[in-house]
Amino acid sequence: MSKNGGVLSPGTYFMMGNFACVEAAIMAGCRLFAGYPITPSSEIFERACTRFPQVGGYAVEMEDEIASMAALVGASYAGSKVMTATSGPGFSLMMENIGLAFMMEAPSVVVNVQRGGPSTGVPTLVGQGDMMQARWGTHGDTEMIAYCPSSVQEFFDLTIQAFNTAEKFRTPVFVMADQVVGMMSERLRVPPIEEIEIVERLAAKPPGSSDLGLPFDYSRDFVPMPIAGTGCRVNVESLTHDSRGYPSTEHSVSQAMMAHLLGKIRNHASEIWRWQEYLVDDADVVVIAYGSTARSALSAVKAARSKQIKAGLLRLITPWPFPDKIVEKISSRVNTIVVPEINYGQMIHPIRENSKCPVVGVNLAPGTLIEPRTITDALELVA
Amino acid sequence: MTTPQLAAGGREIKVSAHSRDRLIRAHRLPNIWCPGCGIGIVLEAYTRVLEKSNIPPERQVAISGIGCTGRFAGYLDLDSYHTTHGRAIAFATGMSVANPDLEIFVIAGDGDISTIGGNHLIHAARRNVDINVIMVNNFNYGMTGGQHGATTPTGAKTYTSPYGNVESPFNIPYLVAAAGASFVARWTTIHANQLFKAIRRMTEVEGFTFLEVISPCPPTFGELNGFPEALDTMKYFREKSVVDDGADLRTLPITMHPEDPLVVGNFVDKRRESYQELLRQMQLRASGVGHQ
Repeated sequence: MSKNGGVLSPGTYFMMGNFACVEAAIMAGCRLFAGYPITPSSEIFERACTRFPQVGGYAVEMEDEIASMAALVGASYAGSKVMTATSGPGFSLMMENIGLAFMMEAPSVVVNVQRGGPSTGVPTLVGQGDMMQARWGTHGDTEMIAYCPSSVQEFFDLTIQAFNTAEKFRTPVFVMADQVVGMMSERLRVPPIEEIEIVERLAAKPPGSSDLGLPFDYSRDFVPMPIAGTGCRVNVESLTHDSRGYPSTEHSVSQAMMAHLLGKIRNHASEIWRWQEYLVDDADVVVIAYGSTARSALSAVKAARSKQIKAGLLRLITPWPFPDKIVEKISSRVNTIVVPEINYGQMIHPIRENSKCPVVGVNLAPGTLIEPRTITDALELVA
Repeated sequence: MTTPQLAAGGREIKVSAHSRDRLIRAHRLPNIWCPGCGIGIVLEAYTRVLEKSNIPPERQVAISGIGCTGRFAGYLDLDSYHTTHGRAIAFATGMSVANPDLEIFVIAGDGDISTIGGNHLIHAARRNVDINVIMVNNFNYGMTGGQHGATTPTGAKTYTSPYGNVESPFNIPYLVAAAGASFVARWTTIHANQLFKAIRRMTEVEGFTFLEVISPCPPTFGELNGFPEALDTMKYFREKSVVDDGADLRTLPITMHPEDPLVVGNFVDKRRESYQELLRQMQLRASGVGHQ
């Protein structure tokens, strides 16, 4: 192990997005990866298999994505920071145990390098078709947290952010990259690790008496996690459970548990929201985009400005929880919102739901980037 | 805790405590299991092993899936996990890799372990993950109402095989041994002492250990297949069980036919490097290699 503990030395690199994601995870303290290979996320798994053992961790290849996600929840309860990486079809298989991680309040990071769908779709090409799956993929009422990187640098930064958020909120967190961001190589600046904020897990202290305390205390948003093997001896449930962790069919218990699970994220949504505005203040028309599409959108806005169209860009970095107040505010002072996506309309739905102005979609079947001129054409049409 | 009960003669007896209360969440009793269910016998054997074990309770973990046996972990005063259907072994694999010092038992039903979770079972055995799996085989989906699964004998009636099951059941010990498990046993719920010894051996053997406990569900499987009462099952076990540790595993399918023998024993007990050991060795090979 190198003298810096095996983490990437500070400096400037030319690196693939998928590799940057792994280096970020290591810096964030992740030491367990459970995965199943799938294009175009496989480089994440492959690099994790090389890198994790070098830093005292493990990357294990499970029999499928269902097992991978179940293993992550188990490993999380053993005290590890954990992650996996996948793409659309694998994300679908993980959904059952992503729900378990949400229910058990097990911090975990799931990276989805999106390709085209439905079904096996276009494995090697770009898509943005899992945005609604991220929000609604598992059963029951959940609140999911997701980040959408647009560059290699951001893939690095947001992976660290995802671990921090997962630890703070004790919940699964998604990094919704896409094939372009995952497989492109570009400049990456790695700061010294001392300059990176790392959130460590709040572990429950073993009870000193026979009183087990309230391991799932619903009166607080953030409750320490009872780690296996530390003497907490707590029942951790997939069933609806009370504050002791015991299963219950009482409606009052269901009510309290759901209020806690949803509330700890909803009550802090504005702290989670991250977005970026470009020339929005005087804009007549604003493009709302995310991921690789936001890069095309930025070029399109610049091209539109050169044609005297007052266009702006709102880049969604956290699609979930949806930044409703941000969209509402911008939409109340522009004429039109344009939403380009490499799908046939996913994020346009919450955007439309929260907009005060007309919302127009620019949609493309998966397989290729939306070129800037396609978005510029749309801006000219609605301006 | 004081639990008044009526003994057979109508005399009231009082139980103030049980020696294994420290391993049980006694305040959660009574349990949800039906009269005549064998899961309680497994719970008794398991906790007896834990009680006599040198492993402190803080290091012991119980993980279950869904269904009747799925509730097993919740009654134990340990770190206990009730996971998703079929995924208990995958959950345990992640936990044991993250912390190899834990003594992890997965206790779950046949639908859980061998049907929906069949893939996880064979792969955990193949990897020789250092976890212990007790599969309580009641031959059907008990809590779900008595549908057939991967262990239901051919010809047996269930609510989804009303004309008799046309499928062949898994021969579970043969399957798990072929996949590479370090310890494989099968006993019935009448073999209380053998269950204890087998489970104790599981705590000693490093690697993937597996115990099949034969325990037909009285109200669903038993009712439709000639074992309406638990006593009928016990009589069958007493009369037809054949103890043979060296049995040819290919000959071990279960028919549950009143005339057919039921072979039980500790069939496999061997030493092979566990997954965790091999991971540790791999980690040593990897350390010192630069990150570029």
